[in-house]
Amino acid sequence: MSEVIVFAVAAIIVLSGAVGVVISRNPVHSALFLIQTLFGVAVLFVLQEAHFLAAVQIVVYAGAIVILFLFVIMLLGVDTADDWSVEPIAGQRPLTVIAGAALGGLGLALVVVASDVLTGKVRSGGERALDERALDNGFTDIERIGRVLFSDYALSFEITAALLTVAVIGAVVLTRRQLRSELLEDLEAVSMDLPPAAPATSGSEAPTPPGEGNTTAAPVAPGESRAR
Amino acid sequence: MIGATDPLFADPFGLPEVGVVLLKVFVAFVFLLVAVMFNIWFLRKVISDMQNRIGPNLAGPWGILVTLADGIKLFFKEDLIPEKSHRFVFKLAPYLSLIPAFLVFAIVPIGGDFNRTDGPGIISIFGHETLLQVADPPVGILFFLAMSSLAIYGVMLAGWGSGSKYPLLGSVRASAQMVSYEAALGLSIASVVLVSGTLSMHDMVLTQAGPGFNSFVPNWNIIVTGFIPFFIFLVAGTAELNHPPFDLVEAEQELVGGFHTEYSSIRFALFYLAEFMNQITMGAIIVTLFLGGPAGPALFVPKGWWVGVFWFFFKLMLFLFGFVWLRATLPRLRYDQLMDLGWKLLIPVSLAWFLVLAGIQIGRDRGWSSVEVGAFALGFGVVCMLCGALLMMALSSARAQRLTDLEQASADSGQASADLGQKRADLGETPTKGVLRG
Repeated sequence: MSEVIVFAVAAIIVLSGAVGVVISRNPVHSALFLIQTLFGVAVLFVLQEAHFLAAVQIVVYAGAIVILFLFVIMLLGVDTADDWSVEPIAGQRPLTVIAGAALGGLGLALVVVASDVLTGKVRSGGERALDERALDNGFTDIERIGRVLFSDYALSFEITAALLTVAVIGAVVLTRRQLRSELLEDLEAVSMDLPPAAPATSGSEAPTPPGEGNTTAAPVAPGESRAR
Repeated sequence: MIGATDPLFADPFGLPEVGVVLLKVFVAFVFLLVAVMFNIWFLRKVISDMQNRIGPNLAGPWGILVTLADGIKLFFKEDLIPEKSHRFVFKLAPYLSLIPAFLVFAIVPIGGDFNRTDGPGIISIFGHETLLQVADPPVGILFFLAMSSLAIYGVMLAGWGSGSKYPLLGSVRASAQMVSYEAALGLSIASVVLVSGTLSMHDMVLTQAGPGFNSFVPNWNIIVTGFIPFFIFLVAGTAELNHPPFDLVEAEQELVGGFHTEYSSIRFALFYLAEFMNQITMGAIIVTLFLGGPAGPALFVPKGWWVGVFWFFFKLMLFLFGFVWLRATLPRLRYDQLMDLGWKLLIPVSLAWFLVLAGIQIGRDRGWSSVEVGAFALGFGVVCMLCGALLMMALSSARAQRLTDLEQASADSGQASADLGQKRADLGETPTKGVLRG
């Protein structure tokens, strides 16, 4: 009974959040509703005794991904000033309704026709998919997930990790293209750091420490900067 | 469900058990509020001593009621909501920082005798056996990570919802900082989880209890994990708290008050409360993860649940004092230094140390001979250092090459020097610091 109550409350949280994401005009409010939905889903996970999934749901989705959304929204300034009355692509909105209705109908049909298969109660062949004892073998869900992830799915786990690393490195490489102007700044900074070749001759300057000869100093004519 | 190890939930769960749970929640709540009051007073007193001042001395003996006076004052101040703010978000944000701060403390075991063999850490409240912590979820320390990532929302939405520039800048800084340091934080927690083999906070304390090495050096994770994760956690945790020297979030010189510039009255007090509460919970988490929590050294003769409470608060006080000390002593980091420290030092070091610990763990499981492993590690280290040296050489030669290329190009066209001169003129800068020469 208590399970039903928790499910009902969580379902209301999830669904109202989902509706809120879609209908709110302000993207930040949408992101907040998304967090609400994610929390509801986390509660549902806890209800299924999938504690680890619930924690990861919050750490990864609410804690990282939606934060990134908010970052982009705040920094790029996507705001309510956008004119929503003009459709970017003609005929988009009627199509959305049709596609949404189709998807919803499909999902509903799936649930009605094959709910037992979807919930894992029976396999599609008809035999029992899950041994009840297999679920209650004294291990917590964390141990079970760890075991499966690092034995049966070790390869896919590692490939995913490599893929993510490649993606991060690729993003860094793509965004760190050094422009000519930045190179100039770089050069300027270097020439500021380097000790001068000889002690300053002009008396008006601040005394500079004598140092070794510098071969990579900036190619600026000696008198030019001093003249200013 | 929640609290698989808590004996309270093993029995048939009825009204008395609910009462015990509510009592624990209430005690934790009141304790946190009182502790925050104490913490603020402590901060002001200690900083005053460090700066040769007297500090608060009027409200109550030694000024101990100064926080209460501050709180009452803040209650009666005008609650200002800026016209350009997003009212709902603006009002929501303080609670989003406060609630995670409260919730984290729920998973911290604060007492109990962990050195006894029958039911370690279990106490009896009105005849009901239970743990001296509000909840012991199986995900344990992940709950802390989840809550600390939620705390970012409070800061972020406060800055955005204020509809003002400085808070927005402060909150963008804050969230970037907190997200960055969460990685290092998580990696050092992973080291602890690796050696203790559990996520539950109660079990973590259990693995650290006991006589330890030669029944003299305690079996605490700070030693078992080899100190490095502890220091990384300390630094990353301080950054996660936005505590000095990582308080760029509210750098007065640059950002007025940071994300809470526009907040006043009780809403500001909530942020303030959350900040000091987070210090307490962060200290408590460090104590639990690395210093054995309520499990004191086994040599300590008296037994009983209060001994655990004593040790817990003793260790917690050390960290609270440390936080005050940091605030009084260290200047603020620059933003690029902050990000460099997080991404280029803490994360790689914690990752590498995690791998070393994992290797040691596997070696112990498989019974590898320490000589072979040592030789292999030495060889591997040499190879790594060689690779590093090669990389550094490649970087420096690439840099030199780039500079020569540019020099060449500018010598050809004279463009670069003109650009440089133009830029300096644009900036209105006089070349006093360094003289550019050919």
